[in-house]
Amino acid sequence: MRHVVRELVRGAVDSLVLLGRYARFVARLLAETPRALLRFGLVVEQVYKSGALSLVIIMLSGLFVGMVLGLQGFDLLERFGSEESLGTAAALGLVKELGPVVAALLFAGRAGTALASELGLMRATDQLSAMEMMAVDPVRRVVMPRFLGGVVAMPLLAGIFSMIGIFGAQLVGVQMMGVDSGQFWSQMQGAVERGDVMEGVVKSCVFGVACSAIAVYEGYHSVPTAEGVGRATTRTVVISSVMVLLLDYMLTAVMM
Amino acid sequence: MPQAGSEPKDSCVVRVRGLRYAVGGREIFSALDLDVERGSVTAIMGPSGTGKTTLLRLITGQLIADAGEVTVAGQEVRLLGRVGLYALRRRMGMLFQNGALLSDLDVYENVAFPLREHTRLPEPLIRNIVLTKLHAVGLRGAARLMTYELSGGMARRVALARAIVMDPEILIYDEPFVGLDPISLGVVLRLIRELNDALGITSIVVSHDVREISAVADRAYLLSGGRVAASGRPASLLESESGEVRQFMKGLPDGPVPFHYPAPDYAEQLLGGGPT
Amino acid sequence: MRATRAVELGTGMFVLLGFAALFFLVTQITNREVGFGDAGYRVTASFDQVGGLKPGAPVSMSGVTVGRVESIGYDFALYQAVVVLRIDGRYDRIPADSDASIFTAGLLGGQYVGIAPGGSETFLKDGDRIEFTQSAIVLENLISKFLFSKAGEQGTAAGTEGTN
Repeated sequence: MRHVVRELVRGAVDSLVLLGRYARFVARLLAETPRALLRFGLVVEQVYKSGALSLVIIMLSGLFVGMVLGLQGFDLLERFGSEESLGTAAALGLVKELGPVVAALLFAGRAGTALASELGLMRATDQLSAMEMMAVDPVRRVVMPRFLGGVVAMPLLAGIFSMIGIFGAQLVGVQMMGVDSGQFWSQMQGAVERGDVMEGVVKSCVFGVACSAIAVYEGYHSVPTAEGVGRATTRTVVISSVMVLLLDYMLTAVMM
Repeated sequence: MPQAGSEPKDSCVVRVRGLRYAVGGREIFSALDLDVERGSVTAIMGPSGTGKTTLLRLITGQLIADAGEVTVAGQEVRLLGRVGLYALRRRMGMLFQNGALLSDLDVYENVAFPLREHTRLPEPLIRNIVLTKLHAVGLRGAARLMTYELSGGMARRVALARAIVMDPEILIYDEPFVGLDPISLGVVLRLIRELNDALGITSIVVSHDVREISAVADRAYLLSGGRVAASGRPASLLESESGEVRQFMKGLPDGPVPFHYPAPDYAEQLLGGGPT
Repeated sequence: MRATRAVELGTGMFVLLGFAALFFLVTQITNREVGFGDAGYRVTASFDQVGGLKPGAPVSMSGVTVGRVESIGYDFALYQAVVVLRIDGRYDRIPADSDASIFTAGLLGGQYVGIAPGGSETFLKDGDRIEFTQSAIVLENLISKFLFSKAGEQGTAAGTEGTN
């Protein structure tokens, strides 16, 4: 019994230590941001890696999520005889919730793991130490551009996801289920406010910071072995997913 | 053989005095003294696990000693702040065990990397410097290969070109001979000597390959058990009477460094069926 | 990096697509024109009953949206609801004696403010007040009125029968 309590206490302390390390790391990243933005070319390269290379998975997933929303929304709304509200339902669901959240989860799986394993490999093959020996700060040269690339890419990915999703819902609702096209768009335009879109953008910006920071933290601090790199990528996905859903609840509650 | 500490200060580029360093309660160095003379090739040898790489990290300021002093080019590493340390490192080049080339850049950009980070030289000048250094290691033709297209020996030569691109005063090699075929090994050996003599660099080579070291080093230190077991010209180490030195230099499996990891009595353990 | 140009091109296309998507979301799925901002002018109108009118509801003339409801408050001096309307600057020739009514779009749709132009030569400007207003029709009131009048009709019909 005392053993269990001791283990619990140790676990709690360990979590707090991890939280503290994360907080310090993120603080460092934010402090370095203005300086890192000056090396724009490096950031652009990472926007490409995190953003452009995630585009296909984001667009495909957006399309299918939108189409599912179209089907499910139609089925639900038809029971109340208000299927012309389908546009509203799909747009609000995508813009406020599914766009930022699903895009962030996909980002963690696609770009986050790539970042973590890349940094982990650089750690394992002494590339980070080599940079330090060349009097180059690896946080500035390697970590910051990757972090900022993810932060820039995330809201754009979420926006693309939502847009494609709305077209997917329109495809199913209007083309297949026969909802009136004018009704679909005008009801949507009447009900969705700019604040709803902004809520989604704010969310995806926060998710972008969180997912990118987690990926670069786990990669940068990975144990320099093959196993350590593998564990860093796994941790990236797990921690990112939980954090995205947790932050999503908190942000939704705050912005209601 | 000059006695350690008796040389005039300016001839000594790296000076270690009374170095103590422990990791997790285990003492790696207790009271280490070491000198590296300007313009020489100094070898640091020792069995695996004696902290050769740790010593390099202490000299380059990646680790900080618990006690004692490490002076590099007249500056005490421990007292340097981050800026001072980075300034000092610009005067050093280091060759990592596996080269540690940056995997997202090609050969040319790897060699150009320190120049791009630390200078604002115009592109044609960078190109000239990079090609000169690549030529020195015989890989000018490989400039546009990606790092994954290189063999182990080539990667190490590229890393060497990168290490000398800023014209360092001190060049540090961490296990430069590990895993090389005889031809590459000969190339690297020759490069160490040639670069040292042609560019007036001070070289520190960490290795446990006795034969190769004997061929290239002016002076060798043999580390064992957290202290210097022997030092002097490699040839004189080979003739040493000390059991420890003889075992290492001649590659004898058993001696002062036991073949067996400390264990309970063999017969007792087999017969008694105690815990393993 | 070897393929720098390709990377820059790809990044450029990605960023363009991303911002196009955000622009689409802001402009095409919401109903507020771009750059509407704070432009235009404000007029107020008081109603006895605003019903389900919400800020952001359209203000329309003959079915054309000319502005939006900015805010709804209550005036204790008049004991009436005060609605602030923001009218687009392009529609600056609305007669000062126009009247404002609250209508419902469809049977269950949202409510909006309709303006019917008057005949005055002077036009509404920033800070003016629309004097003539007609309140929202509350469905419950309408139904109860209708039921009472039906009951009244039946009552009188029964009375006339009785006299025969």
